Amino acid sequence: MAKVTVDGIEVEIANGSSVLQAAEAAGKEIPRFCYHERLSIAGNCRMCLVEIEKMPKPVASCGQPVGDGMVIKTDTEMVRKARRGVMEFLLINHPLDCPICDQGGECDLQDQAMGYGSDHSRYTENKRAVKDKNLGPLVKTVMTRCIQCTRCIRFATEIAGVPELGATARGETMEVGTYVEKALTSELSGNLIDICPVGALTSKPYAFVARPWELKKTDGIDVLDAVGANIRIDARGPEVLRILPRLNEDVNEEWLADKSRFAVDGLKRRRLDSCWVRRDGKLHKATWPEAFDAIAGKLRGLDGSRIGAVAGNLADAESMFALKELFAALGSPNLDCRQDGAAADATRRDFYTFNTSIAGIEEADALLLIGTNPRHEAPLINARIRKRTQGARFPIAAIGAPADLTYKVEWLGDSPSLLADGSLAFLQVLRDAKKPMVIVGQGALARPDGASVLAAVWKLAESVGILLPDWHGFNVLHIAAARVGALDLGFLSGKALPEMLGGGVDLLWLLGADEFDTAKIGADTFVVYQGHHGDRGAARADVILPGAAYTEKNGTYVNTEGRVQRSLLATHPPGEAREDWKIVRAFSERVGKKLPYDSIEALRARLEQANPVFARLDILPRFGISDTTGPAGDATALGSAPFAPFVQNYYQTDPISRASPTMAECTESVRATLAVAAE
Amino acid sequence: MLSDKDRIFTNLYGQHDFGLNGARARGDWDGTAAILARGPEAIVEEMKASGLRGRGGAGFPTGMKWSFMPKQESERPHYLVVNADESEPGTCKDRDILRHDPHKLVEGCLIASFAMRAHACYIYIRGEFYNEAVNLQIAIDEAYEAGLIGDNACGSGWKFDLYLHRGAGAYICGEETALLESLEGKKGMPRLKPPFPAAVGLYGCPTTVNNVESIAVAPTILRRGAAWFSALGRPKNSGTKLFCISGHVNKPCNVEEELGIPLRELIDTYAGGVRGGWDNLLAVIPGGASVPLLPKATCDTILMDFDSLRDVKSGLGTAAVIVMDKSTDVIKAIARLSQFYKHESCGQCTPCREGTGWMMRVMNRMVQGRAEPEEIDTLEQVTRQVEGHTICALGDAAAWPIQGLIRHFRPVMLERIAHYKAGRSSPPMKIAAE
Repeated sequence: MAKVTVDGIEVEIANGSSVLQAAEAAGKEIPRFCYHERLSIAGNCRMCLVEIEKMPKPVASCGQPVGDGMVIKTDTEMVRKARRGVMEFLLINHPLDCPICDQGGECDLQDQAMGYGSDHSRYTENKRAVKDKNLGPLVKTVMTRCIQCTRCIRFATEIAGVPELGATARGETMEVGTYVEKALTSELSGNLIDICPVGALTSKPYAFVARPWELKKTDGIDVLDAVGANIRIDARGPEVLRILPRLNEDVNEEWLADKSRFAVDGLKRRRLDSCWVRRDGKLHKATWPEAFDAIAGKLRGLDGSRIGAVAGNLADAESMFALKELFAALGSPNLDCRQDGAAADATRRDFYTFNTSIAGIEEADALLLIGTNPRHEAPLINARIRKRTQGARFPIAAIGAPADLTYKVEWLGDSPSLLADGSLAFLQVLRDAKKPMVIVGQGALARPDGASVLAAVWKLAESVGILLPDWHGFNVLHIAAARVGALDLGFLSGKALPEMLGGGVDLLWLLGADEFDTAKIGADTFVVYQGHHGDRGAARADVILPGAAYTEKNGTYVNTEGRVQRSLLATHPPGEAREDWKIVRAFSERVGKKLPYDSIEALRARLEQANPVFARLDILPRFGISDTTGPAGDATALGSAPFAPFVQNYYQTDPISRASPTMAECTESVRATLAVAAE
Repeated sequence: MLSDKDRIFTNLYGQHDFGLNGARARGDWDGTAAILARGPEAIVEEMKASGLRGRGGAGFPTGMKWSFMPKQESERPHYLVVNADESEPGTCKDRDILRHDPHKLVEGCLIASFAMRAHACYIYIRGEFYNEAVNLQIAIDEAYEAGLIGDNACGSGWKFDLYLHRGAGAYICGEETALLESLEGKKGMPRLKPPFPAAVGLYGCPTTVNNVESIAVAPTILRRGAAWFSALGRPKNSGTKLFCISGHVNKPCNVEEELGIPLRELIDTYAGGVRGGWDNLLAVIPGGASVPLLPKATCDTILMDFDSLRDVKSGLGTAAVIVMDKSTDVIKAIARLSQFYKHESCGQCTPCREGTGWMMRVMNRMVQGRAEPEEIDTLEQVTRQVEGHTICALGDAAAWPIQGLIRHFRPVMLERIAHYKAGRSSPPMKIAAE
């Protein structure tokens, strides 16, 4: 610990901390542009200059380590003068086009110019103009505004792991770009917009849409993958305009994946905003009572075993729980939450969650990936793994289809038989590691022999010492945001989805389920689709009940770690659409099986009764494992088909992203890049 | 005046053989093994005692710099890097060492590396120095062949490898940390300090970066003793130094002289005097492009050493004496330097990136006089805003010549402005472009 004095305030701070951190510890704000806690230190903007006793020149506080007894002054005439000088330099070639700049109102340069800028310019020469770059469909560039802080370069290189940005030329003519013009090939490129301190990198889809002060900001949870990233939903009136990440060190830090950020325009398209009932082969608009009547009519006389429900990937826990209770009241056990048919053993929670936790990745010292491409399945978890690789040695091997994960991976092969191969050299690496972990993805579980794979992975984990009393290194990486919550509340019983298809049931209730082949539903099966987008499920439906998208309801989601988080309503559902649990609750009354709750609080209380994990919000206790009995399944019955990539197209995996023009553009952009690469 | 027996660079003008035989005839490689046998501490102490100050411009005591290296070898190897990226306008001293006396440098590299427990040394030579690189490579090859360097350098048991790396002609790569970046294959941009290269240098390992001349004089100092070297020159400015005299003199030349020689004596004795006589002198830039110029009045009496020049708000720099007689348009001369610094700024940090361009543009207008008198003060303030606020010294180097100009030639600038205004019947039109 070093004792330093900042403006007369004595603070104690760890050795190796920077002067800037010491100043922050003393409550002194230091202006900065290039410095960012999560990036390497560049020290090039020179805005954070402070005075340190016994040093003749002002010092860049971001790069200066503290020394014991240092006397730091952050607000002297010398410091103010230096910062004013730097600010003047930053502004002489800045276009000062704030009125037409999308960063206006949330711009570091604008804010700090209030403190250190001058009211007039002494620079009478011509300003520099820089050609804009095309970084693809997500990031808009106005490079004339760039102040060359290189945050974007460092983010792309260090965090995203795609060293595609750099600075060409030097001096005044230095430009940030990709050299050969190309779209960024990162699933985290949207974060460039957040870290750019000026308006050089802004959101392309959001260009000229709104000013920050017009927006209502709501805390939400992202559902487009199973990471459960914390988001802020910015809405104006009935419209969600953009989604930004919220800080949560345990989950997404301050990053957000591109799909979660940019699929927001899908919320406005192909929406189901009223009930529809199929008559004479065609869907007709209907009222809620008419729709309910149609379903109730169909239900009359049906045995509970002849009806079934499937929960989609975006469903909230409340609506699934209400639906489960409704079906129980109707006498049906037939519930499935796995459209992909992934193997799951819900008897114990650690059989289906990411037990090490996302933050726990940083403690791990060896990693085996099985049938997963975290870069496409959970970009933020991939970023966490990459972050871990940047520090001390972290050997990573993978069984599955080779892919570029932005860090070094030893690809062992893609055959499931490798799981039973005790001669793999990497097993010794896992044995030698103190905190090894294995991540098994849906690519390995969503196959006919999924249960065997799950059992085999567990067995492998046990044999190499991954399951320890103080360290649980067995991890299942989910893709569906609803999956863990559904398993937690028992939305998996009776007939599984394949048995319900082909006439296995007479009435099939799809709760936002679109990710399976609806053509396989029996021709005579009556399909109720409750959801928010006119996608595959709605196309096959006999009755459509318009539900709410994740930004339009208060919902509880459990991420792949098993972390229970709540999302708040940002806008109201469009038209006749309603929050999903309310729809189920209303229908229960129509069929005389009234569910015993009228408010979401009452529903949640019952949910917590059913499974106490739902009461433990946001917090995820770390745990080891004492009972190493594995999940059900014959570990020896492994199939021979190789593990295939599970996510074919990262940008379009759900009804919202499929409805999003931005995601369509990204898909096209990736296709074009691949085509060029193939040539 | 320095007597011939005290000269270190005895083949400065290339009359003799630059190869190993010629070098040996001049006394190089004589008793190198014995010097190494003294041990690293003794060598560093001797260098400290000699009072040698770095010859690259900053004048930091060389012995002390060597002593900053870790005293024990660890897993991380130590490196010596020799800065042969001589690009300072007006400076051409290293060039003559490299092409005419390369063995002095090679021997110096061995001794200095040994003193700093480095088994490898890199010489980063300016890309334009093609012929010099060829000669130096010949010298390195000869030394390897003769067993003077290599697995068992001079029979001392010390393994020593010497590599020559050619730069690509960027001035900024002469800054020590930018040089290291460039050597590592990255863009030549100075690093933040701390950490200093002695702790985290080339490839993250302890590194010392020295100028060619500093290293090349080391063997002779160690052979003849620190007392001999420190007896030359003036207190705290000891030894001999290569001066590069260029500009408006009758015989531009490189010459080795004692530090502290009067400027006038230096020019009159070796360079054949100022063109048109001493009284035709306008100003002198005493230490390469980056130090403020001196008006004639100061030149009359000034001594050429680090401290004397610092006292008159200039600097010895690389001791590149640029002489300007009264035919010189001194504003234009400094404007040309501003253009140089604007062109060579790496663009990394704000004050230098933006400031050099601003200063150049104003200076270009000052050449014509197309400015307002108060802009001189603005310009002066801009140089102060750049100076001391940058990562490396290039910002300072860009600011100082202009500060010198304003300090000593403000009347000339005002006159130029007045003249420009008078040359027009109507007030000057504001021209935004150009």
